[in-house]
Amino acid sequence: MAEEFEPRIVAFLCRWCSYTGADLAGTSRIKYPANVVPIKVMCSGRVDPTFILKSFADGADGVLVCGCHPGDCHYNEGNYNMQKRVPMIKDMLKGFGIEGERFRLDWVSAAEGDKFAEVVTEMTDEVRKLGPLNWKEIKEAVK
Amino acid sequence: MAEKKKLNLAIYWAGACGGCDVSILDTDEKILDIAAAADIKFWPIAMDYKVSDVEALKDNELDVTLFNGAVRNSEQLHLAQLLRKKSKILISYGSCAYLGGIPGLANFSNKEAILERVYKTSESVETNGGAVYPSPKSKVPEGEVEIPELHDYVKALHQVVDVDYFLPGCPPTTDLINLAVNAIITGKLPPKGAVIAADKNLCDSCKRKKTEEKSVKRFYRPHEIIPDNERCLLEQGILCMGPATRGGCGARCIEANMPCRGCFGPAPGVEDMGAKMLAAAASVIDARTPEEAASITATLPDVAGTFYRFNLPVSLLRRAK
Repeated sequence: MAEEFEPRIVAFLCRWCSYTGADLAGTSRIKYPANVVPIKVMCSGRVDPTFILKSFADGADGVLVCGCHPGDCHYNEGNYNMQKRVPMIKDMLKGFGIEGERFRLDWVSAAEGDKFAEVVTEMTDEVRKLGPLNWKEIKEAVK
Repeated sequence: MAEKKKLNLAIYWAGACGGCDVSILDTDEKILDIAAAADIKFWPIAMDYKVSDVEALKDNELDVTLFNGAVRNSEQLHLAQLLRKKSKILISYGSCAYLGGIPGLANFSNKEAILERVYKTSESVETNGGAVYPSPKSKVPEGEVEIPELHDYVKALHQVVDVDYFLPGCPPTTDLINLAVNAIITGKLPPKGAVIAADKNLCDSCKRKKTEEKSVKRFYRPHEIIPDNERCLLEQGILCMGPATRGGCGARCIEANMPCRGCFGPAPGVEDMGAKMLAAAASVIDARTPEEAASITATLPDVAGTFYRFNLPVSLLRRAK
Protein backbone atom coordinates (compact mmCIF):
# COMPACT_ATOMS: atom_id res chain seq x y z
CA MET A 1 0.00 0.00 0.00
CA ALA A 2 1.44 3.33 -1.09
CA GLU A 3 -0.39 5.45 1.45
CA GLU A 4 -0.22 4.85 5.15
CA PHE A 5 -3.49 3.68 6.70
CA GLU A 6 -5.19 6.52 8.58
CA PRO A 7 -7.44 5.12 11.31
CA ARG A 8 -10.74 6.74 12.20
CA ILE A 9 -11.12 7.08 15.94
CA VAL A 10 -14.32 8.23 17.59
CA ALA A 11 -13.57 10.12 20.82
CA PHE A 12 -16.31 10.66 23.39
CA LEU A 13 -15.16 13.56 25.54
CA CYS A 14 -16.81 14.71 28.74
CA ARG A 15 -17.84 18.35 28.47
CA TRP A 16 -16.48 19.39 31.86
CA CYS A 17 -12.89 18.17 31.69
CA SER A 18 -11.79 16.34 28.57
CA TYR A 19 -13.53 18.37 25.89
CA THR A 20 -12.09 21.49 27.51
CA GLY A 21 -8.73 19.71 27.64
CA ALA A 22 -8.99 19.02 23.90
CA ASP A 23 -9.90 22.66 23.40
CA LEU A 24 -6.83 23.69 25.36
CA ALA A 25 -4.69 21.47 23.16
CA GLY A 26 -6.07 23.40 20.21
CA THR A 27 -5.73 26.91 21.62
CA SER A 28 -2.21 26.04 22.83
CA ARG A 29 -1.42 24.88 19.28
CA ILE A 30 -0.25 21.47 20.45
CA LYS A 31 -0.02 19.15 17.48
CA TYR A 32 -1.85 15.85 17.54
CA PRO A 33 -3.06 13.47 14.81
CA ALA A 34 -6.23 14.51 13.00
CA ASN A 35 -7.61 10.98 13.25
CA VAL A 36 -10.03 11.61 16.10
CA VAL A 37 -13.64 12.59 15.62
CA PRO A 38 -14.53 14.26 18.93
CA ILE A 39 -18.07 13.95 20.29
CA LYS A 40 -19.00 16.06 23.29
CA VAL A 41 -20.96 14.19 25.96
CA MET A 42 -22.13 15.42 29.36
CA CYS A 43 -20.09 12.83 31.24
CA SER A 44 -17.90 9.81 30.49
CA GLY A 45 -20.53 7.85 32.44
CA ARG A 46 -23.06 8.88 29.80
CA VAL A 47 -21.22 6.80 27.21
CA ASP A 48 -23.59 3.88 26.90
CA PRO A 49 -21.77 0.74 25.65
CA THR A 50 -24.22 0.92 22.74
CA PHE A 51 -22.44 4.09 21.51
CA ILE A 52 -19.14 2.23 21.47
CA LEU A 53 -20.50 -0.77 19.55
CA LYS A 54 -22.38 1.50 17.16
CA SER A 55 -19.16 3.39 16.42
CA PHE A 56 -17.42 0.14 15.52
CA ALA A 57 -20.43 -1.15 13.59
CA ASP A 58 -20.55 2.04 11.52
CA GLY A 59 -16.89 2.03 10.58
CA ALA A 60 -14.70 3.33 13.43
CA ASP A 61 -11.29 1.69 13.78
CA GLY A 62 -11.01 2.73 17.42
CA VAL A 63 -13.07 4.30 20.18
CA LEU A 64 -11.65 6.60 22.84
CA VAL A 65 -13.53 7.74 25.93
CA CYS A 66 -12.09 10.53 28.06
CA GLY A 67 -13.46 11.85 31.33
CA CYS A 68 -12.48 13.75 34.46
CA HIS A 69 -9.89 12.19 36.74
CA PRO A 70 -11.28 9.89 39.47
CA GLY A 71 -12.64 12.09 42.24
CA ASP A 72 -13.10 15.06 39.89
CA CYS A 73 -16.36 14.06 38.20
CA HIS A 74 -18.85 16.92 37.94
CA TYR A 75 -21.54 14.35 38.86
CA ASN A 76 -19.38 12.70 41.53
CA GLU A 77 -19.65 9.11 40.25
CA GLY A 78 -20.00 9.18 36.46
CA ASN A 79 -16.40 8.41 35.62
CA TYR A 80 -16.34 5.54 38.15
CA ASN A 81 -19.42 4.13 36.41
CA MET A 82 -17.59 4.17 33.10
CA GLN A 83 -14.49 2.65 34.67
CA LYS A 84 -16.55 -0.30 35.95
CA ARG A 85 -17.69 -1.11 32.39
CA VAL A 86 -14.24 -1.20 30.81
CA PRO A 87 -13.21 -4.82 31.56
CA MET A 88 -16.62 -6.08 30.40
CA ILE A 89 -16.42 -4.01 27.23
CA LYS A 90 -12.94 -5.39 26.48
CA ASP A 91 -14.16 -8.94 27.13
CA MET A 92 -17.14 -8.41 24.89
CA LEU A 93 -15.05 -6.94 22.07
CA LYS A 94 -12.72 -9.93 22.38
CA GLY A 95 -15.71 -12.19 21.73
CA PHE A 96 -16.19 -10.39 18.43
CA GLY A 97 -12.50 -10.59 17.56
CA ILE A 98 -11.94 -6.87 18.14
CA GLU A 99 -8.56 -6.15 19.75
CA GLY A 100 -8.68 -4.53 23.21
CA GLU A 101 -6.36 -1.73 22.03
CA ARG A 102 -9.11 -0.42 19.81
CA PHE A 103 -10.97 0.79 22.88
CA ARG A 104 -9.46 3.05 25.50
CA LEU A 105 -10.64 4.96 28.54
CA ASP A 106 -8.41 7.69 29.87
CA TRP A 107 -8.63 10.71 32.15
CA VAL A 108 -7.92 14.18 30.80
CA SER A 109 -8.56 17.25 32.92
CA ALA A 110 -9.40 20.70 31.55
CA ALA A 111 -5.77 21.72 32.19
CA GLU A 112 -4.23 18.76 30.36
CA GLY A 113 -4.11 19.78 26.72
CA ASP A 114 -0.72 18.12 26.44
CA LYS A 115 -2.04 14.87 27.89
CA PHE A 116 -4.96 14.86 25.45
CA ALA A 117 -2.50 15.18 22.56
CA GLU A 118 -0.39 12.40 24.06
CA VAL A 119 -3.34 10.00 24.49
CA VAL A 120 -4.58 10.64 20.96
CA THR A 121 -1.11 10.19 19.48
CA GLU A 122 -0.55 6.92 21.34
CA MET A 123 -3.91 5.53 20.42
CA THR A 124 -3.65 6.55 16.77
CA ASP A 125 -0.28 4.80 16.53
CA GLU A 126 -1.61 1.64 18.16
CA VAL A 127 -4.70 1.46 15.98
CA ARG A 128 -2.67 2.23 12.89
CA LYS A 129 -0.50 -0.78 13.68
CA LEU A 130 -3.61 -2.97 14.04
CA GLY A 131 -4.92 -1.91 10.64
CA PRO A 132 -8.44 -1.17 9.44
CA LEU A 133 -11.44 -2.85 11.06
CA ASN A 134 -14.03 -2.41 8.27
CA TRP A 135 -16.99 -3.61 10.35
CA LYS A 136 -19.45 -2.17 7.85
CA GLU A 137 -18.36 -4.92 5.47
CA ILE A 138 -18.14 -7.59 8.16
CA LYS A 139 -21.72 -7.06 9.33
CA GLU A 140 -23.03 -7.08 5.74
CA ALA A 141 -22.58 -10.88 5.77
CA VAL A 142 -25.54 -11.08 8.17
CA LYS A 143 -28.19 -8.78 6.83
CA MET B 1 -75.74 -19.47 10.33
CA ALA B 2 -73.31 -20.38 7.61
CA GLU B 3 -70.11 -21.85 8.91
CA LYS B 4 -67.24 -19.39 8.87
CA LYS B 5 -64.53 -20.27 6.39
CA LYS B 6 -61.64 -22.01 8.09
CA LEU B 7 -58.20 -20.42 8.07
CA ASN B 8 -55.40 -22.16 6.23
CA LEU B 9 -52.50 -22.58 8.63
CA ALA B 10 -48.91 -23.73 8.16
CA ILE B 11 -46.32 -24.35 10.83
CA TYR B 12 -42.69 -24.78 9.91
CA TRP B 13 -39.42 -25.33 11.73
CA ALA B 14 -36.08 -24.20 10.40
CA GLY B 15 -32.92 -23.98 12.57
CA ALA B 16 -34.69 -24.86 15.81
CA CYS B 17 -34.86 -27.52 18.49
CA GLY B 18 -38.51 -28.47 18.14
CA GLY B 19 -39.53 -26.78 21.37
CA CYS B 20 -41.57 -24.19 19.50
CA ASP B 21 -43.65 -26.92 17.87
CA VAL B 22 -44.18 -28.52 21.24
CA SER B 23 -45.27 -25.15 22.65
CA ILE B 24 -48.18 -25.15 20.20
CA LEU B 25 -49.29 -28.53 21.56
CA ASP B 26 -48.77 -27.10 25.05
CA THR B 27 -51.79 -24.87 24.60
CA ASP B 28 -53.75 -27.87 25.97
CA GLU B 29 -57.47 -27.62 25.26
CA LYS B 30 -56.93 -24.40 23.27
CA ILE B 31 -55.41 -26.56 20.55
CA LEU B 32 -59.02 -27.57 19.81
CA ASP B 33 -59.88 -23.91 19.14
CA ILE B 34 -57.00 -23.80 16.73
CA ALA B 35 -58.17 -27.01 15.07
CA ALA B 36 -61.74 -25.69 14.90
CA ALA B 37 -60.67 -22.41 13.33
CA ALA B 38 -57.95 -23.64 11.03
CA ASP B 39 -57.10 -26.29 8.50
CA ILE B 40 -53.49 -27.21 8.97
CA LYS B 41 -51.92 -27.38 5.53
CA PHE B 42 -48.31 -28.03 6.49
CA TRP B 43 -46.67 -29.04 9.77
CA PRO B 44 -43.66 -31.32 9.28
CA ILE B 45 -43.28 -32.30 12.93
CA ALA B 46 -46.88 -33.52 13.26
CA MET B 47 -48.40 -34.20 9.86
CA ASP B 48 -47.41 -35.93 6.66
CA TYR B 49 -47.44 -33.11 4.14
CA LYS B 50 -44.55 -32.61 1.76
CA VAL B 51 -42.86 -29.49 0.46
CA SER B 52 -44.46 -30.26 -2.92
CA ASP B 53 -47.86 -29.78 -1.25
CA VAL B 54 -46.82 -26.26 -0.29
CA GLU B 55 -45.44 -25.61 -3.77
CA ALA B 56 -48.81 -26.67 -5.20
CA LEU B 57 -50.66 -23.98 -3.20
CA LYS B 58 -51.64 -20.70 -4.83
CA ASP B 59 -49.83 -17.54 -3.72
CA ASN B 60 -51.33 -16.17 -0.50
CA GLU B 61 -53.47 -19.30 -0.11
CA LEU B 62 -52.18 -19.78 3.42
CA ASP B 63 -53.80 -17.32 5.80
CA VAL B 64 -51.16 -17.67 8.50
CA THR B 65 -47.74 -19.31 8.74
CA LEU B 66 -45.99 -19.74 12.05
CA PHE B 67 -42.31 -20.00 11.21
CA ASN B 68 -39.95 -21.03 13.99
CA GLY B 69 -36.19 -21.44 13.87
CA ALA B 70 -33.28 -19.46 12.49
CA VAL B 71 -32.20 -19.56 8.85
CA ARG B 72 -28.78 -21.11 8.37
CA ASN B 73 -28.91 -23.41 5.36
CA SER B 74 -30.17 -23.44 1.79
CA GLU B 75 -33.24 -25.56 2.57
CA GLN B 76 -34.38 -23.26 5.36
CA LEU B 77 -33.93 -20.23 3.12
CA HIS B 78 -35.92 -21.89 0.36
CA LEU B 79 -38.78 -22.76 2.74
CA ALA B 80 -38.77 -19.25 4.22
CA GLN B 81 -39.09 -17.73 0.74
CA LEU B 82 -41.66 -20.29 -0.35
CA LEU B 83 -43.84 -19.89 2.73
CA ARG B 84 -43.61 -16.10 2.48
CA LYS B 85 -44.97 -16.30 -1.06
CA LYS B 86 -47.80 -18.61 -0.08
CA SER B 87 -48.84 -16.78 3.11
CA LYS B 88 -50.94 -13.72 3.78
CA ILE B 89 -49.50 -13.40 7.29
CA LEU B 90 -46.05 -14.68 8.21
CA ILE B 91 -45.32 -14.81 11.92
CA SER B 92 -41.76 -15.10 13.15
CA TYR B 93 -42.38 -17.57 15.96
CA GLY B 94 -39.99 -17.99 18.86
CA SER B 95 -36.58 -16.54 19.68
CA CYS B 96 -34.65 -18.29 16.89
CA ALA B 97 -36.83 -16.92 14.08
CA TYR B 98 -37.14 -13.53 15.79
CA LEU B 99 -33.52 -13.00 16.90
CA GLY B 100 -31.41 -15.87 15.61
CA GLY B 101 -31.69 -17.53 19.01
CA ILE B 102 -29.24 -20.00 20.49
CA PRO B 103 -28.15 -21.18 16.99
CA GLY B 104 -27.24 -17.53 16.36
CA LEU B 105 -24.31 -17.92 18.76
CA ALA B 106 -22.64 -19.72 15.84
CA ASN B 107 -21.96 -16.22 14.47
CA PHE B 108 -19.16 -15.96 17.02
CA SER B 109 -17.52 -18.57 14.80
CA ASN B 110 -17.94 -19.36 11.10
CA LYS B 111 -18.89 -22.20 8.83
CA GLU B 112 -15.39 -23.55 8.21
CA ALA B 113 -14.40 -23.47 11.87
CA ILE B 114 -17.65 -25.16 12.94
CA LEU B 115 -17.41 -27.96 10.37
CA GLU B 116 -13.72 -28.42 11.16
CA ARG B 117 -14.50 -28.81 14.85
CA VAL B 118 -17.53 -31.06 14.46
CA TYR B 119 -16.27 -33.38 11.73
CA LYS B 120 -12.49 -33.33 12.19
CA THR B 121 -11.05 -32.24 15.50
CA SER B 122 -13.75 -33.24 18.00
CA GLU B 123 -12.33 -35.77 20.44
CA SER B 124 -15.32 -38.09 20.20
CA VAL B 125 -15.63 -38.31 16.44
CA GLU B 126 -14.15 -41.07 14.29
CA THR B 127 -12.99 -38.94 11.38
CA ASN B 128 -12.08 -41.73 9.00
CA GLY B 129 -9.16 -39.62 7.89
CA GLY B 130 -11.48 -36.71 7.15
CA ALA B 131 -13.65 -38.80 4.81
CA VAL B 132 -16.86 -37.94 6.66
CA TYR B 133 -17.36 -34.29 5.86
CA PRO B 134 -20.61 -32.76 4.69
CA SER B 135 -20.74 -31.43 1.18
CA PRO B 136 -23.90 -30.36 -0.66
CA LYS B 137 -23.44 -33.12 -3.21
CA SER B 138 -21.75 -36.45 -2.70
CA LYS B 139 -21.44 -39.63 -4.65
CA VAL B 140 -22.54 -42.94 -3.13
CA PRO B 141 -22.79 -46.32 -4.90
CA GLU B 142 -26.50 -45.73 -5.51
CA GLY B 143 -25.95 -42.34 -7.18
CA GLU B 144 -25.64 -38.70 -6.15
CA VAL B 145 -26.97 -37.48 -2.81
CA GLU B 146 -27.86 -33.86 -2.21
CA ILE B 147 -28.09 -32.23 1.20
CA PRO B 148 -28.79 -28.59 2.10
CA GLU B 149 -25.75 -26.33 2.12
CA LEU B 150 -24.80 -24.74 5.42
CA HIS B 151 -24.57 -20.95 5.22
CA ASP B 152 -21.61 -18.97 6.53
CA TYR B 153 -23.76 -17.22 9.14
CA VAL B 154 -27.03 -17.63 11.01
CA LYS B 155 -29.81 -15.15 10.26
CA ALA B 156 -33.13 -14.28 11.81
CA LEU B 157 -36.21 -14.82 9.62
CA HIS B 158 -36.83 -11.10 8.96
CA GLN B 159 -33.27 -10.80 7.67
CA VAL B 160 -34.16 -13.03 4.72
CA VAL B 161 -37.89 -12.37 4.07
CA ASP B 162 -40.54 -9.82 5.00
CA VAL B 163 -42.22 -10.71 8.32
CA ASP B 164 -45.61 -9.47 9.57
CA TYR B 165 -45.46 -10.20 13.30
CA PHE B 166 -43.03 -11.44 15.89
CA LEU B 167 -43.90 -13.80 18.72
CA PRO B 168 -40.89 -14.02 21.03
CA GLY B 169 -39.92 -16.63 23.58
CA CYS B 170 -37.92 -19.79 23.92
CA PRO B 171 -40.53 -21.07 23.41
CA PRO B 172 -43.41 -18.53 23.30
CA THR B 173 -45.63 -18.83 26.35
CA THR B 174 -49.09 -20.36 26.15
CA ASP B 175 -50.71 -17.04 27.11
CA LEU B 176 -49.07 -15.19 24.24
CA ILE B 177 -49.84 -17.99 21.77
CA ASN B 178 -53.50 -17.80 22.80
CA LEU B 179 -53.42 -14.02 22.47
CA ALA B 180 -52.00 -14.31 18.98
CA VAL B 181 -54.40 -17.08 17.97
CA ASN B 182 -57.39 -15.08 19.20
CA ALA B 183 -56.18 -12.01 17.35
CA ILE B 184 -55.90 -14.04 14.15
CA ILE B 185 -59.26 -15.78 14.57
CA THR B 186 -61.10 -12.55 15.34
CA GLY B 187 -59.15 -10.57 12.76
CA LYS B 188 -58.15 -7.97 15.36
CA LEU B 189 -54.53 -7.76 14.34
CA PRO B 190 -51.95 -5.26 15.58
CA PRO B 191 -50.04 -3.04 13.14
CA LYS B 192 -47.54 -4.83 10.94
CA GLY B 193 -44.17 -5.45 12.56
CA ALA B 194 -45.59 -5.67 16.08
CA VAL B 195 -43.87 -7.83 18.66
CA ILE B 196 -46.59 -9.73 20.46
CA ALA B 197 -45.43 -9.22 24.07
CA ALA B 198 -45.15 -6.41 26.62
CA ASP B 199 -44.05 -2.87 25.74
CA LYS B 200 -41.72 -2.56 28.71
CA ASN B 201 -38.74 -4.44 30.03
CA LEU B 202 -38.99 -7.44 32.29
CA CYS B 203 -37.93 -5.52 35.44
CA ASP B 204 -41.05 -3.42 35.02
CA SER B 205 -43.23 -6.43 35.85
CA CYS B 206 -40.81 -8.15 38.26
CA LYS B 207 -42.01 -8.39 41.85
CA ARG B 208 -38.57 -8.62 43.40
CA LYS B 209 -37.29 -5.81 45.59
CA LYS B 210 -34.58 -3.50 44.35
CA THR B 211 -32.43 -1.81 46.93
CA GLU B 212 -30.29 0.32 44.58
CA GLU B 213 -27.36 -1.07 46.55
CA LYS B 214 -24.34 -1.63 44.32
CA SER B 215 -22.48 -4.22 46.31
CA VAL B 216 -21.70 -7.09 43.93
CA LYS B 217 -18.18 -8.35 44.59
CA ARG B 218 -18.46 -11.34 42.28
CA PHE B 219 -20.97 -12.87 39.87
CA TYR B 220 -22.54 -16.24 40.56
CA ARG B 221 -23.90 -18.82 38.19
CA PRO B 222 -27.31 -20.08 39.34
CA HIS B 223 -25.93 -23.32 40.82
CA GLU B 224 -23.28 -21.53 42.88
CA ILE B 225 -25.59 -19.65 45.22
CA ILE B 226 -28.90 -20.02 47.02
CA PRO B 227 -30.59 -16.73 46.17
CA ASP B 228 -32.76 -14.57 48.39
CA ASN B 229 -36.34 -15.17 47.20
CA GLU B 230 -37.36 -11.55 47.59
CA ARG B 231 -34.44 -9.53 46.33
CA CYS B 232 -33.45 -8.52 42.79
CA LEU B 233 -31.30 -11.33 41.37
CA LEU B 234 -28.90 -9.00 39.61
CA GLU B 235 -28.18 -7.17 42.85
CA GLN B 236 -27.28 -10.55 44.36
CA GLY B 237 -24.68 -11.09 41.64
CA ILE B 238 -26.76 -13.51 39.57
CA LEU B 239 -26.69 -12.32 35.99
CA CYS B 240 -30.35 -11.63 35.23
CA MET B 241 -31.00 -10.20 31.76
CA GLY B 242 -34.25 -8.54 32.87
CA PRO B 243 -33.10 -4.92 32.46
CA ALA B 244 -32.39 -5.35 28.73
CA THR B 245 -35.16 -7.85 27.95
CA ARG B 246 -38.71 -7.32 26.78
CA GLY B 247 -41.34 -8.39 29.29
CA GLY B 248 -44.59 -10.21 28.69
CA CYS B 249 -43.39 -13.69 29.55
CA GLY B 250 -44.97 -13.65 33.00
CA ALA B 251 -41.54 -13.71 34.68
CA ARG B 252 -41.78 -17.44 35.35
CA CYS B 253 -38.05 -18.04 35.44
CA ILE B 254 -37.65 -15.24 37.97
CA GLU B 255 -40.40 -16.68 40.14
CA ALA B 256 -38.55 -19.99 40.18
CA ASN B 257 -35.36 -18.19 41.33
CA MET B 258 -33.78 -18.53 37.92
CA PRO B 259 -32.35 -15.43 36.26
CA CYS B 260 -33.75 -14.17 32.97
CA ARG B 261 -31.72 -15.40 29.99
CA GLY B 262 -33.12 -12.84 27.59
CA CYS B 263 -35.19 -15.04 25.28
CA PHE B 264 -37.82 -12.33 24.66
CA GLY B 265 -35.21 -10.18 22.96
CA PRO B 266 -34.38 -6.52 23.40
CA ALA B 267 -36.80 -4.34 25.34
CA PRO B 268 -38.45 -1.58 23.30
CA GLY B 269 -35.93 1.20 22.63
CA VAL B 270 -32.94 -1.08 23.17
CA GLU B 271 -30.79 -1.07 20.07
CA ASP B 272 -28.23 -3.60 21.19
CA MET B 273 -29.20 -6.02 23.92
CA GLY B 274 -25.66 -7.04 24.80
CA ALA B 275 -24.52 -3.45 25.23
CA LYS B 276 -27.56 -2.55 27.31
CA MET B 277 -27.09 -5.58 29.51
CA LEU B 278 -23.42 -4.77 29.91
CA ALA B 279 -24.30 -1.33 31.24
CA ALA B 280 -26.79 -2.87 33.69
CA ALA B 281 -24.41 -5.58 34.89
CA ALA B 282 -21.55 -3.11 35.35
CA SER B 283 -23.81 -0.80 37.33
CA VAL B 284 -24.31 -3.27 40.19
CA ILE B 285 -20.67 -4.07 40.84
CA ASP B 286 -18.80 -2.45 43.68
CA ALA B 287 -15.44 -1.41 42.25
CA ARG B 288 -13.43 1.77 42.72
CA THR B 289 -10.34 0.77 40.75
CA PRO B 290 -9.79 -0.76 37.30
CA GLU B 291 -8.19 -3.80 38.99
CA GLU B 292 -11.25 -4.42 41.16
CA ALA B 293 -13.56 -4.09 38.16
CA ALA B 294 -11.38 -6.54 36.23
CA SER B 295 -11.37 -9.15 38.99
CA ILE B 296 -15.17 -8.97 39.37
CA THR B 297 -15.64 -9.19 35.59
CA ALA B 298 -13.40 -12.27 35.59
CA THR B 299 -16.15 -14.11 37.51
CA LEU B 300 -18.34 -13.84 34.40
CA PRO B 301 -17.24 -16.83 32.31
CA ASP B 302 -18.38 -15.64 28.87
CA VAL B 303 -19.39 -12.00 28.61
CA ALA B 304 -20.18 -11.89 24.88
CA GLY B 305 -21.90 -15.28 24.79
CA THR B 306 -24.01 -14.49 27.85
CA PHE B 307 -25.13 -11.01 26.84
CA TYR B 308 -25.89 -12.09 23.27
CA ARG B 309 -27.27 -15.51 24.16
CA PHE B 310 -30.39 -15.20 21.97
CA ASN B 311 -29.79 -12.15 19.82
CA LEU B 312 -26.36 -12.11 18.19
CA PRO B 313 -27.53 -12.06 14.52
CA VAL B 314 -29.72 -8.98 15.18
CA SER B 315 -27.15 -7.14 17.33
CA LEU B 316 -25.23 -4.09 16.11
CA LEU B 317 -22.09 -6.06 15.25
CA ARG B 318 -24.01 -9.21 14.15
CA ARG B 319 -21.04 -11.57 14.02
CA ALA B 320 -17.42 -11.98 15.02
CA LYS B 321 -14.55 -10.98 12.76
